[in-house]
Amino acid sequence: MNCYLGIDIGSVSSNFVLIDEKGRVLLDLYMRTHGNPIRAVQEGLALLQEKVDVKELVISGVGTTGSGRYLAAVLTGADVVKNEITAHAVAAAFYYPHVRTVIEIGGQDSKMILLKNGIVYDFAMNTVCAAGTGSFLDQQAARLQIPIEQFGGLAAHAQQPVRIAGRCGVFAESDMIHKQQMGYPTEDILMGLCEALVRNYLNNVGKGKKIEEPIVFQGGVAANQGLHQAFERNLGMKINIPPYYAVMGAMGAALLAREHIENVRHSTQFKGFDFIVDSDFQTQSFECKSCPNLCEVVSIRCGDQILAYWGDRCKRWESSIKMKHSRLKVI
Amino acid sequence: MGNSYIAFKALLKGLDLEVILPPPITQRTLALGSKYAPECACLPLKTNVGNFIEALELGADTIVMAGGWGPCRFGYYAQIQRGILEDLGYSFNMVVFEPPDTGFDDLIEQARFLGGGIRFKEALSLFKFAWNKLIACEKLEKAIEFYLPRSEEKEQALAVYRQGLQAIDMAESREEVHFCADQSIQRLKNLSCRNDIQPLKIGLLGEIFTILEPGTNYYICETLGLLGVEVKRSIYLTDWINDHLLAGLVKKSRRKKIIKRARPYINYWVGGHGRETVGYAVEYARRGYDGLIQIGPLTCMPEIVAQTVLPRVSEDKGIPVMTLWFDEQSSAAGIQTRLEAFIDMLQRQKSSYSREVEA
Repeated sequence: MNCYLGIDIGSVSSNFVLIDEKGRVLLDLYMRTHGNPIRAVQEGLALLQEKVDVKELVISGVGTTGSGRYLAAVLTGADVVKNEITAHAVAAAFYYPHVRTVIEIGGQDSKMILLKNGIVYDFAMNTVCAAGTGSFLDQQAARLQIPIEQFGGLAAHAQQPVRIAGRCGVFAESDMIHKQQMGYPTEDILMGLCEALVRNYLNNVGKGKKIEEPIVFQGGVAANQGLHQAFERNLGMKINIPPYYAVMGAMGAALLAREHIENVRHSTQFKGFDFIVDSDFQTQSFECKSCPNLCEVVSIRCGDQILAYWGDRCKRWESSIKMKHSRLKVI
Repeated sequence: MGNSYIAFKALLKGLDLEVILPPPITQRTLALGSKYAPECACLPLKTNVGNFIEALELGADTIVMAGGWGPCRFGYYAQIQRGILEDLGYSFNMVVFEPPDTGFDDLIEQARFLGGGIRFKEALSLFKFAWNKLIACEKLEKAIEFYLPRSEEKEQALAVYRQGLQAIDMAESREEVHFCADQSIQRLKNLSCRNDIQPLKIGLLGEIFTILEPGTNYYICETLGLLGVEVKRSIYLTDWINDHLLAGLVKKSRRKKIIKRARPYINYWVGGHGRETVGYAVEYARRGYDGLIQIGPLTCMPEIVAQTVLPRVSEDKGIPVMTLWFDEQSSAAGIQTRLEAFIDMLQRQKSSYSREVEA
């Protein structure tokens, strides 16, 4: 059976999705990146290999997305490398063809994507602040010693959410500590955090944007019922959560790989499970001294062979390897 | 700023002075600047402070800085910089060029101070020579903006461009300057260009310093070119000098027309290039550009005013706009992702539109 693999290497989680030719999900994996994207790719593929009978499947195309998309593309031999915005939009429009607004909250960034007729027409990402992202919830949950998986369920039981200033992550924390010392119940504080995050998101990311229904909420954070409720309450609109909400980026990458193979190029450059799982990939970085820019250049090698360079502004290193996938369309 | 150092070098070299050019903007420049400049000031102040410190370290004893007036903070920067550098214990002269809107007297006197014993006639021919270098650089910049997205050997094209700039820098006569530029442009033309494709066209709007200095905007023009996008900037330095320092004497100015275009969105001078940003947005939309990117240093007041107005222009004229702010971050990843996403969006809009037309 022909199938397509989508890989989303994010700051916090690494996700893998395998779809068939009709776009049905055969398998999805949600793992933590733990700061090591190379190992995440290798472990993810090893797990895939275990769970499905690889001999029966033919990987016809691979797409990568997320902040580690270039790295993942080099390791696996991807056919498409796409930014997260496009990937998430494509996946949302696949499940909800009439979607107008996509709310996506990831580990380190949060996005709002506005679509018309299945095409993105505007988007926004959070700027320098982390107060509206999943990492913030992660940290506060750890502080309260509540597993992040239970966070949302507990928050949803709140009687009266406490008010917490969501403008800044650090000050939100001191606000929260203050409320704890005053003796407010934990659920109310958790819900207060959700409300603060939603306000921050709508004020920062959604600034000046027209939010219209249908709305889709995706990303790992969509598992949090507290946030789901807080969004519905604040917007006064219905929020849809797609079936594979946590891996929508990878889903989008797989759909884009399918589109690319069907329309543009007809064979994949996938390097095969065995090569990826068994190879010993090494990265190395150095400061290029050829000009005063002093770029930090990273190289990835497998044994003696250098697979890729990046990080140089002038592309002197990057172009020194005529990468086999120079046909690879990076957009 | 940007490649203008080539022209300034030519100008100052002819004077009876030894000129120390600040080294190109690097991480160290920014680190020095943000260490000593106020935290909430905008990037140009920080970068300049860094530039000046690096130049003073190399033995400079006089600093030439531009002044200005109006709502933008920049007009006051020369004085702040003088204060900061003096507090750091440097001793130097500071010459502040105020725009001649306030009268030519000061400008002439300052030029005389810098020029030393040089005669007017010589000064004029020097200025002409430097002006020609500036024009040649811009010709080449415009050529790379056009050919880079169309070229199939993009790295090669960038190399030709850089060599061309070096050649212009070295050139010693007016003829040689233009010869170098034309030759490089010819070489760019010959680099297997696809003339059959129509790349996306994006107008780059915003604040002058971030537009002209690639060191502060993560080489946005090159990045876009490498992604296959043709870029047109709202600010080229010759236009600015012509409009603001020479009162439109050297060439025909489009400024009035552009400012008219900003109506009815902005009717008042908000300082900096706020009005021009909006004016160019309208102009580029009329010319059928695919999208607009506004850039500026974080906290830039005139551009914030323009940013709040741009969504209306975008809606009225049906042209997507994205705003990027630059500050002392070191990671280009966020910028890259946003640019890729924006371009992808434009590409998909364009192809879905052409599908509709076909059907």
